[in-house]
Amino acid sequence: MTRSNDRRRSYSAELIESGITPPLLSARNLCFEMQGQPLLQSVNLSVRAGRRTIVIGPNGAGKSLLLRLLHGLIPMTTGDIYWKGQRFSRDAQSAQAMVFQRPVLLRRSVLANLKFALKVCGFVGPERARRVQDALRISGLMDVANRPARVLSGGEQQRLAIARALVCAPELLLLDEPTANLDPAATSYIETLIDMASGRGITVVMVTHDQGQARRLADDLVFLQDGRVEGTGVASDLFANPRSEAMKAWLDGRLHVRREEM
Amino acid sequence: MDIGVLFLQSFGLISNWDSNLSEIVFLSLQVTVTAVVLACLLGLPIGAMVGTFRFFGRSGLILGMNVLMGLPPVIVGLVVYLLLSASGPMGVLGLLYTPFAMIIAQTVLVTPIIAALSRQVIEDLWMEYAEQFASLGVSRRARIFALLWDARFSLLTVVLAGFGRAVAEVGAVMIVGGNINHVTRVMTTAIALETSRGQLELALALGLVLLIVSLVVNIVVMAFRGTIVRGAYA
Amino acid sequence: MARFVFRSLLQRAVLVAFFASNAVSAGDVILMQSTTSVQNSGLFDYLLPLFQDETGIEVRVVAVGTGQALRNAVRGDADLLFVHSKEAEEDFVARGFGLARYEVMYNDFIIVGPSSDPAKIGGLSDVTEALRKISDQREIFVSRGDDSGTHRVEMTLWGSTDIRPERASGAWYRETGSGMGATLNIAIGMGAYVLTDRASWIAFGSKRDHIPLVEGDPRLMNQYSVIAVNPLKHAHVNVHGARQFIDWILSGAGQRAIAAYTMDGRQLFVPNARPD
Repeated sequence: MTRSNDRRRSYSAELIESGITPPLLSARNLCFEMQGQPLLQSVNLSVRAGRRTIVIGPNGAGKSLLLRLLHGLIPMTTGDIYWKGQRFSRDAQSAQAMVFQRPVLLRRSVLANLKFALKVCGFVGPERARRVQDALRISGLMDVANRPARVLSGGEQQRLAIARALVCAPELLLLDEPTANLDPAATSYIETLIDMASGRGITVVMVTHDQGQARRLADDLVFLQDGRVEGTGVASDLFANPRSEAMKAWLDGRLHVRREEM
Repeated sequence: MDIGVLFLQSFGLISNWDSNLSEIVFLSLQVTVTAVVLACLLGLPIGAMVGTFRFFGRSGLILGMNVLMGLPPVIVGLVVYLLLSASGPMGVLGLLYTPFAMIIAQTVLVTPIIAALSRQVIEDLWMEYAEQFASLGVSRRARIFALLWDARFSLLTVVLAGFGRAVAEVGAVMIVGGNINHVTRVMTTAIALETSRGQLELALALGLVLLIVSLVVNIVVMAFRGTIVRGAYA
Repeated sequence: MARFVFRSLLQRAVLVAFFASNAVSAGDVILMQSTTSVQNSGLFDYLLPLFQDETGIEVRVVAVGTGQALRNAVRGDADLLFVHSKEAEEDFVARGFGLARYEVMYNDFIIVGPSSDPAKIGGLSDVTEALRKISDQREIFVSRGDDSGTHRVEMTLWGSTDIRPERASGAWYRETGSGMGATLNIAIGMGAYVLTDRASWIAFGSKRDHIPLVEGDPRLMNQYSVIAVNPLKHAHVNVHGARQFIDWILSGAGQRAIAAYTMDGRQLFVPNARPD
């Protein structure tokens, strides 16, 4: 198929040879301040290729902000982000795709939204048509392909946003609480879609405050509270054995009060 | 005088006015539509660029554009007259007292309106799109086109505002066009002339015609809008 | 589809611009700066087609106040002047901007006012006495105030009294800064006195209860002249076309045409070209 797929295959081959899984994306001592307020402090984390990393934590922990920094939308105050061991660059950003909590859809048809993304990443002709059909099929939007995107239901809009994020075959898919405003049925559809994306070898980083969703989807877990990482590791281990009091409290459903307000 | 009687008389007069009404209406539309198209070609990209790019002097430029929306037509007429006059820098072109001069004046009048209003429309849309476009890696050029296209419904209203200003304007076209019969006489200058002749009923009737022309243009634009709605989803 | 519609609209715009250019490049054309009073009288609508039939020359008239007409001509924006302010015209020619001044026709100025005539000027044949009475009674007098030929005549008439009406500007003396028609509209709306040329008055369509009150004073004569713009000042002027118009308007045919122009059965202008 395309060159990027060849590259990914050889990258995977390297991983198998070396016997370790080096991070696809990592953050070192990431700090972000706004008007002197530290919103993220010394965040260290690694996103391993091919896995689903879920960032959880209470509201206001800085989860969405972290996602934007990892995607290069907002410059960090200090610290470093590495993509495949290299400093984060524009190329790294174009190998990622992001889906926002409230889907940002063009004021055009479903079809035109997909075509727009494909045009931006340089697909034309029959290959573009093939990818459009694939996206419509996986998102179940075939029947509404010619409807204006913004008259779709909330669930359909978010499915379109994810399908659009996937059309250019990103290596990493970033999702910022994609199901926060959706009912259980729509949520389930989105989760299936995420499952399918990761089944295609796409690495996923998703922010959620929904514990159940985290348990369903997470391979790896990052627990964020008050702008700090208060626990990170393989999800099953961490859920069974939370490393910090803060995380334990949150998992138990105890109310959290920000430290500086105490 | 009773306004109702005046209106009735007006309709009677317009039906047997000796001057060539259709010629005047057609010239009005020629001049104004051309000016509005030119103003869009200039003003929409300016509005889109100022609405989405951050650069030094931007707020000053926005202030300037907003102030220019209130340009007095007579001042525009005077400046364009001085430019196009035989003794002016562009006198050799021989454009004074031609429809071109009126098109230039109206373009100058309408461009700031199109630019300033579209800037606001585009900037509001850009607030919504900015992160998504950065994420997709949309180029600056593609951004401008995408925003102009996606804001098309609001921008049509902007264009109609520009058209309204241009078609109703008299001060500038009077000075640079000269209100020459069969050459530069348009609806508004004809109204001014009939008013000054004391033919108030006829002036009023011409005013009603202008209103009807404006109505027809608005209907055509709305039909056109229906076309692009269908086109957007095809 | 939408793109197609947009493109065809663009083509339409280009076509519109093209058609507009036709209007510019039509045959032999002369540009005449004239006054609102002659335009409002309708004389040009009658006269110019006759001239065009005979010579094939199209005359384009820009009607402004005499003062502005002369200034526009100084800038080269005219081939020909058809105006009514003797002193300013002679000055224009003396400064080399015009070739020669030819008197064409005249009519007269009149003072019109409400038929109730509160200043009691009706029937006076001495115009300065009438002005003095209006000023004494503080009755509203509306002036053009626009440096036009009519305005200059009015200022000359005030100059022959000891009254300085500018001092009462805004009180009983109102300056409109507008053309003859607009000024008549205002004067009639205010029930005020106003100086107007007779042609504008006869042609004016909305007189209500205003009537001519003062006429016949020799100082109220309104002389119109034509002047061709000097090509030595502005090389682009169509001096040939301008000369043809002057020759025609001064000829028997032109003079007869002026005399033949009537409105409501009344002759508006009296031809008075001097036979060479």
